[in-house]
Amino acid sequence: MGADEHHQGLLDRELVVVTGKGGCGKSTVAAALAVAAAARGVEVIVAEVDARGDVARALGAGGTPEPSVEVELAPRLHHVSIDPDSALRHYLADQLPSRALAETLLSSRVFPYFVAATPGMRELLTIGAVWDLTREESRRTGERLYDLVILDAPATGHGLAMMEAPSTFKRAAQAGRIAGQAGQIEALLEDPSRTAVVAAARPEDLPVNETIDLARELDERLSVPLAAVVVDRVHGDPLTPEESRRVAAAGVDPAATGAALAVHRRAVAEHGEIGRLRGALDCPVATLPEIPSVDLGPGEIAGLAGRLEALL
Amino acid sequence: MSGSLPGRLENRSVVICAGSGGVGKTTCSAAIAMGLAARGKRVAVITIDPARRLADALGLDELGNEPSLVDPARFAGDGIEIEGEGELWAMTLDAKRTFDELIESLAPDAETRDEILGNRIYQQLSGAVAGSQEFTAVAKLYELDRSGRFDVLVLDTPPSRNALDFLDAPERLTGFFEGRALKFFLAPTGLAAKAWGRGTGAVFGVMKKVTGVDLLEDLSVFFRALGGLIDGFRERAEGVARLLEDDGTTFLVITSPEREPAEEAVFFRRKLREAGMPFGGLIVNRVHTVGDDGPAPDPEEVAADLGPELGPELAAKVARAYGEALALAERDEASIARLRRETGERHPIVVPELDGDVHDVAGLVAVHRWLFAGS
Repeated sequence: MGADEHHQGLLDRELVVVTGKGGCGKSTVAAALAVAAAARGVEVIVAEVDARGDVARALGAGGTPEPSVEVELAPRLHHVSIDPDSALRHYLADQLPSRALAETLLSSRVFPYFVAATPGMRELLTIGAVWDLTREESRRTGERLYDLVILDAPATGHGLAMMEAPSTFKRAAQAGRIAGQAGQIEALLEDPSRTAVVAAARPEDLPVNETIDLARELDERLSVPLAAVVVDRVHGDPLTPEESRRVAAAGVDPAATGAALAVHRRAVAEHGEIGRLRGALDCPVATLPEIPSVDLGPGEIAGLAGRLEALL
Repeated sequence: MSGSLPGRLENRSVVICAGSGGVGKTTCSAAIAMGLAARGKRVAVITIDPARRLADALGLDELGNEPSLVDPARFAGDGIEIEGEGELWAMTLDAKRTFDELIESLAPDAETRDEILGNRIYQQLSGAVAGSQEFTAVAKLYELDRSGRFDVLVLDTPPSRNALDFLDAPERLTGFFEGRALKFFLAPTGLAAKAWGRGTGAVFGVMKKVTGVDLLEDLSVFFRALGGLIDGFRERAEGVARLLEDDGTTFLVITSPEREPAEEAVFFRRKLREAGMPFGGLIVNRVHTVGDDGPAPDPEEVAADLGPELGPELAAKVARAYGEALALAERDEASIARLRRETGERHPIVVPELDGDVHDVAGLVAVHRWLFAGS
């Protein structure tokens, strides 16, 4: 494995979108990538969209992060939790000629319903707020400019819908401010030299299938390639095939030999699944080891970050 | 509460399996449906995005969007007999198609129907927007329940990160059909604007600037066309809400012992209680175990025991792998204890992490055996 010259490294992009099947370690991967980037001297921000604070917690922040507040958790390592409502407020304040107009809209009885009812509007606002983080023009006085934005995106289906929202709105709106902005966001997302999509997966049947499907859908729907896959929670293989035969024949400690053989069988199956991914995809596939701990904290994440060097 | 699944599901006609993605919800749903069918019920399972081989195992036709009868011969070789009154039906939900069918059944005429189906906003809504899968899943559930064709419906829920989306979805998506936005778009100027009071015209003007005229037009056409469907939607939403609260409905919360899904399960259990929805039990899937019950030997003892036979190096490797397996089993045990405490479920149904593929018939039967153990 490795990033050869055909594969532009993740640090050379403006935005890295981490998606993947639910429960496959998106937040772990986003956090580890951010730690690895910061260690390389990159000013990086991780944007979370579900308001669950998984990334913030893994990076050592106490409590649930306040929406839309950018916090530096470690040197060069920043975090923000994106919330569509405050994204809307920022957006209107930026877009409208006067604060009074923005207030008129926000306090009207109709506008909040319009936003809630328009399909895809929340997705557009969220991805728009992420886009804003990448732009020098939209940083306000005193705000930092980041070298890299890492988005801990929703799971595959919803994640794709979020990435597709700008082009849908551009087509629907045709002209006007939404169309103009949606076009700019689309240009960021659909330019592989600016945006990289990374899939988090696990070395199992379903997540591997979903990752292969994701690569195809990205190509069909957004015409972008999958930049890399990070397979989380890979178990090491304790035994060679020859050793496994000797252990199977051992006469004592059936619980222990059974457990070792089960780990071996699982590792073999996982190896097969990772091979299947590599065979089906034309992008680097990195792996992270299973860590048998209940809570991943900054220490564990730093250890994992080292395993992602080749993707940077 | 009885620990056995059949006892918990007695007299239930709708079983909703809820939980985070990646915990084996679809497999558990299919195994529960199969087990109930083997006990003489006419059962339909509605799956969301099953693994290809699970779909093959059930003989699911991707193009269906209607339950099809699963040939009992598929399971006979693995010791499951579906006979007598028992029938297993299965389907994979097609969210877009379910939405289209709903519009077709509610539209007053062909013109309205085509106007909605062809609208860009509708196409976005019925596709992958958050909530549409949840909404169509319950819409399908409601339709099948009303058909009276089945004794029990088992619903696998969409893999939303927040299981709560599922409870909120019908309300969220039907809410706007009767909301103010709809009335606003039905007549954005003229009388309605007056009825809305001063300022509405100005708001509309600003919105035009922000959104562009065409998008507003699309929305306006969309909402106007939907106007004719309001009563149907409202009726449907009320019916769904009644079904979810009905005595014949129960929610099974499915989780793995891992931290995030387990937290989600606790959260979902609490939300069910708050919403007054029936909780049928907690299933903890993919639990790591070591050996049989009884005292587990210490890894150091294992290394000493195996040394003479395997040599010190290999014996140490086995002992280390065993030690790690023990640690994992302990972690899972602690997680189950915590789940017991925090959900108030004293006897969760535990399914171990099974060796090998659980997405074929044999895997389904193995999961089923654990779910229905003791019955």
